[in-house]
Amino acid sequence: MAVPHIPCLRLGEPYVSLNKIEVTDYRDGATKATVSQVNAGVVRRDLQRIDLARAALRAFSTTELIEIGAKAGEIFLNGQVEIGVEGEMQSPTQYVETLSSTSGLPHVMVQRNMAKIHYALTNMQVVLNGLTRGIDPSILDAGVGEQFGTQVCFYPTSNALGLVMPSNSPAVNSLWLPAIALKTPIVMKPGREEPWTPYRLIQSFIQAGCPREAFGFYPTDYEGAADILNRCGRALIFGDKSTTDQYANNPAIQIHGPGWSKILIGDDEIENWRDHIDLIAGSIADNGGRSCVNASAVVVPKYGREIADALAQKLGPIKPTTVDDPEAKLSGFANPKMGEWIDGAIDADLSEPGCEEMTAKYRDGDRKVVTGGGTYLRPTIVYCESFDHPLSNREFLCPYASVVEVPQAEMLNQMGESLVVTAITGDKAFHEDLLASPMIDRLNLGPISTMKISWDQPHEGNMFEFLYKRRSIGIAAA
Amino acid sequence: MSSLDQNVQDAKVQLDAHAVEIVKWHFSPESGSPFWLDWAKEAGWNPAEEISCFDDIITKFPHFQDEWLRDMPNEVWRPKAYDGRPFSIFETGGTTGMPKQRIGWEDYKIDYSEFSETLNDDHFPRDHYWMMVGPTGPRRLRLSIEHLANVRGCSTYFVDLDPRWVKRLISNKQFDQARAYMDHVIDQAITILKNRKVSALFTTPKLLEAMAERKDLIKAGIKGVFCGGTTMDQQYTRFLVEEICENQIGFVPTYGNTLMGLARHRPFGPENDYSITYHAPQPRAVLRVVDPKQTENLVDYDAWGRVELTTLTKEFFMPRFLERDEAIRRSPWEECPWDGVAEVRPFGAMEKKIVEGVY
Repeated sequence: MAVPHIPCLRLGEPYVSLNKIEVTDYRDGATKATVSQVNAGVVRRDLQRIDLARAALRAFSTTELIEIGAKAGEIFLNGQVEIGVEGEMQSPTQYVETLSSTSGLPHVMVQRNMAKIHYALTNMQVVLNGLTRGIDPSILDAGVGEQFGTQVCFYPTSNALGLVMPSNSPAVNSLWLPAIALKTPIVMKPGREEPWTPYRLIQSFIQAGCPREAFGFYPTDYEGAADILNRCGRALIFGDKSTTDQYANNPAIQIHGPGWSKILIGDDEIENWRDHIDLIAGSIADNGGRSCVNASAVVVPKYGREIADALAQKLGPIKPTTVDDPEAKLSGFANPKMGEWIDGAIDADLSEPGCEEMTAKYRDGDRKVVTGGGTYLRPTIVYCESFDHPLSNREFLCPYASVVEVPQAEMLNQMGESLVVTAITGDKAFHEDLLASPMIDRLNLGPISTMKISWDQPHEGNMFEFLYKRRSIGIAAA
Repeated sequence: MSSLDQNVQDAKVQLDAHAVEIVKWHFSPESGSPFWLDWAKEAGWNPAEEISCFDDIITKFPHFQDEWLRDMPNEVWRPKAYDGRPFSIFETGGTTGMPKQRIGWEDYKIDYSEFSETLNDDHFPRDHYWMMVGPTGPRRLRLSIEHLANVRGCSTYFVDLDPRWVKRLISNKQFDQARAYMDHVIDQAITILKNRKVSALFTTPKLLEAMAERKDLIKAGIKGVFCGGTTMDQQYTRFLVEEICENQIGFVPTYGNTLMGLARHRPFGPENDYSITYHAPQPRAVLRVVDPKQTENLVDYDAWGRVELTTLTKEFFMPRFLERDEAIRRSPWEECPWDGVAEVRPFGAMEKKIVEGVY
């Protein structure tokens, strides 16, 4: 396929900017696409007519939009989808290969991410049921109705959902998918290295019959991103702490920063730690260790060094392989400097007393590997004596975790905020403490991978409650 | 020889003669300024005798240091021929610390009177009203815009914006404050538009956008926009022309500053992907696009280089000042048969973050 040009989409209409960037192969720098970059004014201009986009979605019922979403899921997974402004089409295989070549994700991981997105789209009824806690779709259409024996009324909180997306993991796109069924247009700045997934999703929706006006796709600059976040009414931002901190106190902006997800083992289960090593290793390293739901710390009351060693034995030997290897475990870095920075940061903090890198001895060579033109970081497990150590509660874009020894009674006080906590314990009192903790976003009780997503459970904030508010309603008898 | 080639040669002859005249003026005791007379003594050569063409200025003068405009008293720049005449003081920079100051008398009137002849009466109607929304204060621009309007029989409303404050807010990451200040400026501009008849605007691109967000400029009666102050790349220019001016309001971009005057643009549009080329008001000012590492050398046509300005008027002589801008060197144009500078942007814009703000 010739190098396609991915345009901006302005209420669904392609717009080719005079400014373009190249999306390149992470190994040899070959151009895989050019992407239109628009100035922030384009975003602002279009937001002035975003009512048209919502009106286009409101012409459909929620049930119809759920059905369209399901069709879009099939097209996304199996169909030929328009990718370039000249009408170039992209097959699923081309999507996998191209995204892999620009993101560094091996094919097998792209395929897993595709499957997650497909599942979310084809099970939107279940997803919405979980988000709305069983509200009948017809009530969402009418805005008012009777459910559970009481009048309920909902109104939208904004005319659009702003999205400032990352480049690190395609499946994060599943977070915005319910917005379409909830009749909320999207206004998106895609990740610089990952226009592929959102563009393919948008085109799949359009092909499935969704009004194109519902989709704003704006590769733009910092100013444009800020306008998307500040002017849509509701928005999601993905990024590191320094990026997301400035929006921390804005309730209209939902932050998806580092997850600092963890696995805790209680006193009652610690003697059985060997039984859980596979689950812990998977939580750390699945999806190349790139997700916010990957565990980045294992918190245990004792045997910390032994557990770290066992994880290191399992993960340490993992090395880069070919992108089409179905057993590939590591992702390359789209930006090699990022890999270099992480490698240097880990090494710098390893020089602080109170820790030991356990993987080093199970690895034949350095953590950073450059092979086939790509830069990779091999898994890293660090034993930390306490949460005082700078490496004890860190998250990196690679398979990385600390193992920290903390008395069970102190775990919740010391571990800090955590997107996902898997607590391997049957201790009822500990369960109660975990359930009461405001520091945990998603809680798995028992040996469940931190990577496992239940679509009927709100993930990182409830999209329905974000996009709709309930109001009191009184209706005079007819 | 084509007519353009002939015009290029004629312009060069005119520039050489003008350069010799201006250098003689500034380096002769009976007409020159204390600064340049002292400079020549220290340099040990006499430019009044040794400069015989414009290229001699390039080969024999070092780059002008704009710190001199900050550190030296204003009187040292006054040519003797202007003794006894009070001067205007125009400032540039000054976000922190002492600004740079250029003195002047009539130069801005000459520049803007000449520029007026390039404006289309349909977009900039005579005998009507202008509004300037942008940096007034100690800037040459404020008097220049009023003069330009006056030359066309127009009067001008002014809404001030202090760019030093905006730059400080942005540098300190006080984006909310910067936004509030911009809103305050736009409020005032919209109030004027609501209550008075205005047909022409001078403003910066960002302020123009902000005004258009609040008011339909076509319905408000705006026919022409004279715009400058910050970078306008091709996409941004296209956006301003197609979506802010809706291809109806005449859009006249300009490149200029206190030290040069103003450069006019040559036609642009979809046919050249909205690439704007500016031509200096030669022979009073000369813009060269030079190799940043070998500044005596021009870059090739259609290549990027650093902008170098030489100002040659009886009021002010400034040889080889390296602007904080980079641009593409463009070939001469029939109406300005000398080099142009295109797609001007801050020097090093691709490598570092530049605070431009709304100005």
